[in-house]
Amino acid sequence: MFYYLGLAAVLFSIGLFGVITRRNVIGILMSLELMFNAANINFVTFNKFILNDGLTGQLFAIFIVVVAAAEATVGLAIVLLLYRNWRGINTDNVSIMKW
Amino acid sequence: MTENAYLIPLLPLFAFVMIVFFMRWNEKLSSGFAISMILISWVMSLVILIETLGRHGEPYEAYFYITSFAGINLEIGLLIDSLTAIMLMVVTTVGACVEIYSIGYMKDDPRFSRFFSYLSLFLFSMLGLVLANNFFMIFIFWELVGLTSYLLIGFWFEKKTAADAGKKAFITTRIGDLGFIVGLLMVAVYAGTFNFGGVFDKVAAGVIPVGVLTAMGIFLFCGAVGKSAQFPLHVWLPDAMEGPTPVSALIHAATMVAAGVYLVARIMNIFVGSAEASMVVAVIGLITSFMAASIGLVQNDIKRILAYSTVSQLGYMIMALGLYGFDTASGQHSAGYVAGTLHLMTHAFFKGLLFLGAGSVIHAVHTNDIQEMGGLAPKMKITSITFMIASLSIAGIFPLSGFWSKDEIIAATLHHPVFLIFTLLIAFMTAFYMWRLCFLTFFGKPRDQHRYDHAHESPRSMTWPLIVLGFLSIFAGWVAIPWLPHGFSSFVFHGEIHHASPNIVLMLISTVVAVSGIVLAYFIYYKEKISADKLAESFRPIYKLLYNKYYFDEIYHLLLLNPLMKFANFMWSFDAGVIDGAVNGTAWLTVMWSNVKLWFDVWIVDGAVNGSGWLVRQGARMLRFLQSGSMQFYALFILIIVVLVALIKLEFIRIDIHWPVITVVFVVGVILLGVLSKLATGSEDAPSSVKQEE
Amino acid sequence: MIESGVSVIFWILAFVIIVSALLVVTLKNIFHSALFLILCLFSIAGIYIMLHAEFLAAAQVLIYVGAVSILIIFAIMLTSNLASERIVQTNKNALVAFFVCLMFLVTTIVLINKTGVWNYTGGVLPDDNIMTIGKLLMTQFMLPFEVVSVLMLAAMIGAIVLAREDKA
Repeated sequence: MFYYLGLAAVLFSIGLFGVITRRNVIGILMSLELMFNAANINFVTFNKFILNDGLTGQLFAIFIVVVAAAEATVGLAIVLLLYRNWRGINTDNVSIMKW
Repeated sequence: MTENAYLIPLLPLFAFVMIVFFMRWNEKLSSGFAISMILISWVMSLVILIETLGRHGEPYEAYFYITSFAGINLEIGLLIDSLTAIMLMVVTTVGACVEIYSIGYMKDDPRFSRFFSYLSLFLFSMLGLVLANNFFMIFIFWELVGLTSYLLIGFWFEKKTAADAGKKAFITTRIGDLGFIVGLLMVAVYAGTFNFGGVFDKVAAGVIPVGVLTAMGIFLFCGAVGKSAQFPLHVWLPDAMEGPTPVSALIHAATMVAAGVYLVARIMNIFVGSAEASMVVAVIGLITSFMAASIGLVQNDIKRILAYSTVSQLGYMIMALGLYGFDTASGQHSAGYVAGTLHLMTHAFFKGLLFLGAGSVIHAVHTNDIQEMGGLAPKMKITSITFMIASLSIAGIFPLSGFWSKDEIIAATLHHPVFLIFTLLIAFMTAFYMWRLCFLTFFGKPRDQHRYDHAHESPRSMTWPLIVLGFLSIFAGWVAIPWLPHGFSSFVFHGEIHHASPNIVLMLISTVVAVSGIVLAYFIYYKEKISADKLAESFRPIYKLLYNKYYFDEIYHLLLLNPLMKFANFMWSFDAGVIDGAVNGTAWLTVMWSNVKLWFDVWIVDGAVNGSGWLVRQGARMLRFLQSGSMQFYALFILIIVVLVALIKLEFIRIDIHWPVITVVFVVGVILLGVLSKLATGSEDAPSSVKQEE
Repeated sequence: MIESGVSVIFWILAFVIIVSALLVVTLKNIFHSALFLILCLFSIAGIYIMLHAEFLAAAQVLIYVGAVSILIIFAIMLTSNLASERIVQTNKNALVAFFVCLMFLVTTIVLINKTGVWNYTGGVLPDDNIMTIGKLLMTQFMLPFEVVSVLMLAAMIGAIVLAREDKA
C-alpha cells in the first residue's frame, strides 16, 4: 500500500508545484487536475487495502472525477473571458489585486 | 553718693540711647538732654570728690562678680580713690563745656543730634574707664573710647581726609592695644587676677620676677603709647584734627589722650617694681615731647600746632611718671607722680580752652591757616583774651595753673641732668610756638583783608565755655601751690605723701625760660625785628625736616603700608581668580551639561520618535511583498505555513526523526531561497506578455 | 515481489506518471504539456485497473482523457498565440516553491511510513465491480448522485454564460 500512497503523494506534490509555479493559467488548471488525480489514487488505494467488502472509495473517486470535470469547464470558461479582456493570460499581468 | 558712682557713666549712656532711638529728630531736645545728663554727672562727680576728700583719698572699691574663666574672676567694679575723683571732675567739666560749645559750633550741621549722641557715648566710655577697678574692665572701656574716637574723628566722613584720619587713629591705637593685650595676658598668668588691688598685692609680695614685671610694664605701656600718641605711634593725632574742633578739644586734648597717662598712673605699682620699664617710659616720653615741640615750631595750621603741643605735653606727663617710677624703684623720692597727674589736670583745662578758642577763630575766618589771619584781637575780644590766658598758662607763667604743674615736672627731673636740660629746652620751645601762634593770629596787620572783614565774635554758647575754662586755667593749678599744707600732693600721691619744699631757684629758672621764649616770639613775629623767613633760610635743612614732621608718615607708608597693600592686592587677585574661576567654571559646566542634555534630547528623544516611524516603514517595506496581488504567491505562502505548522506539530509527536532540525532547515531554506529568487528576479523586469500580444 | 511488494507493471506505470507529470508542470509549450497530461491521465487509469477499480478506470479515460483534455486543448488553442510562447513557464516563486513542495513531499512520505501502512496487505473487494457501483449509486449514494447532476447542470449553464460573446 505504501507505494501507491507514495505515488499519490509524489503526484500531488508535483501538481502543487505546478499550481504555484505555472505562468499560464491553463497550466495552473492542468496542475490542478494532477492534484485531483492524486487524491483519487489515494481513495482507491484505501478502498482496496483497508475497506472490507465495499466500494465506497471508488464511488467517491467517481464523484471527484465528475466534479473535477465540472470545475475544469467553468475554469476554462473564465480563462476565455480573461483572454478576451486582457489580451494575455500570463499571471504576472493579472495582478489588479496588487497594492 | 560714692556708692552710686556707677550712675556717672550710665547717665551719658542713657543720653546716647535716648538720642539714638527717640530724640534724633529734634535737635534742641537731643542737645538739651545730653547736656543735662552730663551736668548731672558733673554734680555727682563733685559730690564724690568732696566725699573722697573727706576720706583723705582712701580708695573705695565695690564690685560685682560676673563669671570665672580659667581660674580668673571677671568682674565689673568701681575703684574710687583720689586719682579717680580728680579724673571724674576733669572729664565731666571739660565734657560739659564742650557740649555747650557744640550747640553753637555745630549749629548748621545736618547731623547735629548724631554728634551729641556720639559725644555722650564717648563720655560714657571715658568715665567708665576712669572708674574701672580691674584690667579687664579698663580694657573694655579702652576699646570703647577708641571706637568713639574713630566715630567722632570721621564725623564729616564725606571728606576723604576725615574718613582716612578716623581709620588712621583707630588702627594706630590698635597697634598699641596689641601690646596692651599681651601685658594683660601676662598679668593674668602671673598674678592670677585682673583686679588692681590683687595684682598690686602680688607685685608687692614679690612673687613676680623682676624680668616679668619689666616686660609686663612695657607691654602695658604700649597701650598708653598708642592712646596718648607717644613716639612712635604719635602719627594719628595731627591727622585727627580733621574732626570737628569740639571733638579735638574733648578727646584729643583733655580726655582720651589722657587715658594713657591715667593708665600709667594707675598701674604705677608695677612700674615702681621695675626701674628698666620706668626708664623706657620716661625716655619715650622725653623723645616724644621734644620731637613734637620741634615740629610745632614751624607748622602753619592752627589746629596742628595745638595737636603737636598736645603730644609734647603728654610726653611731659609720661616722662614725669616714668621718672617717678625709676626713682622710686631706685629708692629715692620723686615728685614725678604728683607732677604728672597735676599736669594732666591743668593741661586738660588750658588745652581744652586753646582748642575751643581755635575753633572760635576758625568759625570766624573760615580757615585753619594762621598765615591768613592776623590782627583778630580787636574783633574777637573774648576769644583772644581767653586764648592768651591759656597760652600764658601753657608757657608756665606765674601764677597761672600751668606754672605750678610745669614746675613740678621740672622738679621731677632734677636728679636726671639730661632730662632736665631737655625739659627746659622743651619749655622754651613750648612758650615760643604758642606765642608765635598768638602773635600771628591776634596781632599785627591782617594778612587776608577779606577774611579779616568777615571775622566776628562767636555766639554766647561758644564763648561761655571759653570763659569757664579760662578761669580754670588760671586757678585750677592753685591747689598745688607748694606752700599749701594740704594741697594736691597730699591728696593725689603714690606710696607715701611726699612733701617737697618749694624750690625757689627752680621757679625762677623756669620763669626765665618761659619769658625768654615769649620774648623771642615777640621779636620775630610782632616786631618783626628778626625775620622769620631769613631764619628759615639759614636753617633750611632743619626747617624742612621739622616742617615735614620728620617724615614719619612717609617712612611708615614706605615700610609698612606699601608692602601691606601689595600683599592685600595679591590676596584679592588670588581670591577673585579662584572665585571668578569657580563661578565661571560652574557656568561653563552648566552650559556643557545643557549641551549634553540637548544632544541627548535631540538624538535619543527624536531618535525614538523618528526611529519608531522608520521601524514601521522598514517593516512595511519588508512585508510589502506579501501583498503582491498574485494568487499563486498567496497559495505558496499558505503552503509554507501549512508545512511549517505540520513540522512544528510533529515535534511534539515522539517520532524519532529530528523534526526540530528539519524545521529549522525548512525555515532557513525558505528564507534563503526567497532572498535568492528576489535577487535573481530583481534585475529582471516584470515580463509583460501584454507587449507580446500586440 | 508479488505478495509483499508491487508488480513490475506498477513501477513502469509509476515511472510514466511521474515523468509526464513533471513535464506537465515544466514545459514551456502549453500544448506539449497538455499532451503529457493526457499521457499521465491514461497511466493513472492503468493504476486504477491494478487496484481493481475497473469502472473508475473506464470513467477516467472517458471523462478525463476524452473530454477534459480535449477541452483544455481547445482552450489552449483559443487563448494563446502558440508561436510566441517561448518564455519560461516557471515564475519567480519557482525556487521557493520547489523547496517547499519537496519538504511537503518528504514530510508526507515520512508520515505515511510511520503510520501503520505496512500492516495492510489487502482487502477483499466485491467481485462484480460495475454492478456494485451501480447498486451503491442508486441506494446508498442517491443524494450525492442527484446533487452531482444538479452541479453539472450548473456548471454547464455557467460555462455557457461565461463564454458567450458579448452582444453590447
